[in-house]
Amino acid sequence: MSWAATWAAALRGRARHLVAGGVVSVALVLGAAVLSAWPDWQSLPEDGALLRLSFTHSGARNCRDRTEEELARLPPNMRGAQICERRRAPVHIEMDIDGRPVLTADLMPSGLAGSGPSRIYERIGLPAGQYALAIRMRDDPAASGFTHEAAFDILLEPAQSAAIDFDSVRNTFFLH
Amino acid sequence: MTSPRIAIRNGFDRAERLLDRVFGPDWNPLAQLGPLGWFLFWIVAVTGIYLFIFFDTGVHAAYESVEWLTEDHWWHAGVARSLHRYASDLMVLMMFTHLLREWSMDRYRGKRWFSWVTGVVVIWFVYLSGITGYWLVWDELAQYVAVVSTELLDTLGIFAEPIARNFLSPQMLSSRFFTLMVFLHIAIPLLLLLLMWVHIQRITEARTKPPKGLALITLGGLVVGSLILPATSQGPADLATVPRDVGIDWFLLSLYPVIESVPAGAIWAGVAGFTVLMAGLPWLPRRREGAAAEVFLDHCNGCSRCVADCPYAAITLVPRTDDLPFTHEALVDPARCVSCGICMGSCPSSTPFRRSGALVTGIDLPERPLSQVRAEVIAAAGMPAPGTGRVLTLSCAHGAGAAEAPGRVVLPCVAMAPPSLIDYIISRGLADGVAVAGCAERDCYNRFGVAWTEARFDRTRDPYLRERVPRERLLTVWAGPTEKVRLAGELKAFSDRLGAMPGFENVRPLTAEEAAEAVQEAAQ
Repeated sequence: MSWAATWAAALRGRARHLVAGGVVSVALVLGAAVLSAWPDWQSLPEDGALLRLSFTHSGARNCRDRTEEELARLPPNMRGAQICERRRAPVHIEMDIDGRPVLTADLMPSGLAGSGPSRIYERIGLPAGQYALAIRMRDDPAASGFTHEAAFDILLEPAQSAAIDFDSVRNTFFLH
Repeated sequence: MTSPRIAIRNGFDRAERLLDRVFGPDWNPLAQLGPLGWFLFWIVAVTGIYLFIFFDTGVHAAYESVEWLTEDHWWHAGVARSLHRYASDLMVLMMFTHLLREWSMDRYRGKRWFSWVTGVVVIWFVYLSGITGYWLVWDELAQYVAVVSTELLDTLGIFAEPIARNFLSPQMLSSRFFTLMVFLHIAIPLLLLLLMWVHIQRITEARTKPPKGLALITLGGLVVGSLILPATSQGPADLATVPRDVGIDWFLLSLYPVIESVPAGAIWAGVAGFTVLMAGLPWLPRRREGAAAEVFLDHCNGCSRCVADCPYAAITLVPRTDDLPFTHEALVDPARCVSCGICMGSCPSSTPFRRSGALVTGIDLPERPLSQVRAEVIAAAGMPAPGTGRVLTLSCAHGAGAAEAPGRVVLPCVAMAPPSLIDYIISRGLADGVAVAGCAERDCYNRFGVAWTEARFDRTRDPYLRERVPRERLLTVWAGPTEKVRLAGELKAFSDRLGAMPGFENVRPLTAEEAAEAVQEAAQ
């Protein structure tokens, strides 16, 4: 039996079912079409904006100078002046908005051995408006005070997304 | 079964009766949810391949190419896009309706666990396929989905760098990211297809194609719906802003508002808990099923009818292990056998007429052997009839005749009754006629019970009903659990018709001695 004949045989005498079933089918598809884009979900308040703080930065390693005896025991091509622990120090971070502390955290190094960089990704929802941001980081526990500091004045429009990042080449915070 | 399950099962039965009238029992979409899921998958796959021809993977080009195909070429690519989206949405709807229906019909426990557990994995792959698809459009919804998804994934702590950083600002996003997403949106549906194939491995003749009429109706509905309400994009993604009001696809993305509102730990715990609970459901509690069918080699000639009729691929033919002059014998896999008894009904050795020696057939249910069924039939024969003629009813345990009643023998499936049993009842004068009351025509609890029974009675499938059995003395009633009144009415009318007929000429009444022997054998 040809393809067309097979179909014709399958549909013969079924006009009522084709029409009634078709109406139900179209109604179902239209219902699905409506629910595929409606109702809206409001993911942010009407006058809200978003500030994100995100960077990847490696904390310092605990290192010391090799002694003369230690250097002498090593092959000449492996005589590095310092020996460091594999584990990195946590990176301490603090952030203020308009003088109010909003974040204080010790970011642990990544990796099973703690040898990877510390990472952060924080969302801070804010009403639109002008803000003074201050951010401080200490990546070496041996350092006194903070190793990196920055301040930004930003005007957040409704629905704006701003992000504070760290440039590891220029060694400074910057605003996206 | 517990009462909520019965309520849902009866709800399905009532809805299906309504749809029987709209579509006809053979096109009833609620009885074709699995095949419809496959059909929708292929619509999504074909339209996806077509859309890929026009899709560009750049950060800006992605949105522009989707807009171009939606607006400028709405009549082919735009329709394909709408079909792609709406068929995906309907697939989610089919999937959960299928899941709820199988649960309500108690077809997920015991030996059926495999299809259920693999189905749970399918759920997640359907979602992953949909989510990665929405990402590609790179409109505001895509941005929302991308950011929320990556923020959730980052909470796992398994990525060297937070992947949500890719969406910090417009400068951070690379076109290569879209190449990755296209790869994922192809790879995940391919894995989904593999899982769907695994999902149907433990059933025989799995239905992966809906009836032609239903396929036509479904495709037609999708095309008309796509022309009336075409799928469109939202505004272009802009990482310098946050999508505030997003039109969510509530079929595929309904979890996203929850992800935003609940701590990530609760989301992951919920996902894990849901998966474990759903996958463990077949054992909460485990279903008590009868012992697997047993093969009696002295009565098995390896004819393969039981292999062909088993709905669960539980029987295979293997080389003969005894000295009888046949090449093969049937072998039952107890891990797959649900004790429906259809194999017993298909066996040419299953004849209740036999008197010499014990009534043993080639393949039998240890807990409900043919000899016991014969004894039950004899015991039911003396019961009062619903009308003027004597009716003996063989009913299945899942349809309108599931409850015990006078003159009724309830079987796991009506196809468990070999046609020779009908012949036996009528020709030995146990009743004026036999009513076979099985599941609703649209869907048999044991998949093929209705179809095999009809085919045997129509003498198109072995074992045939013998020509000497008058067809007017045999009634088949296919009725779901909520159609007890209709069943009772049909039985009464049948009984009255039989009462008005002259007595069957070829009756050789069962003697009291024969009846006693049969009952005694069943008791042993």
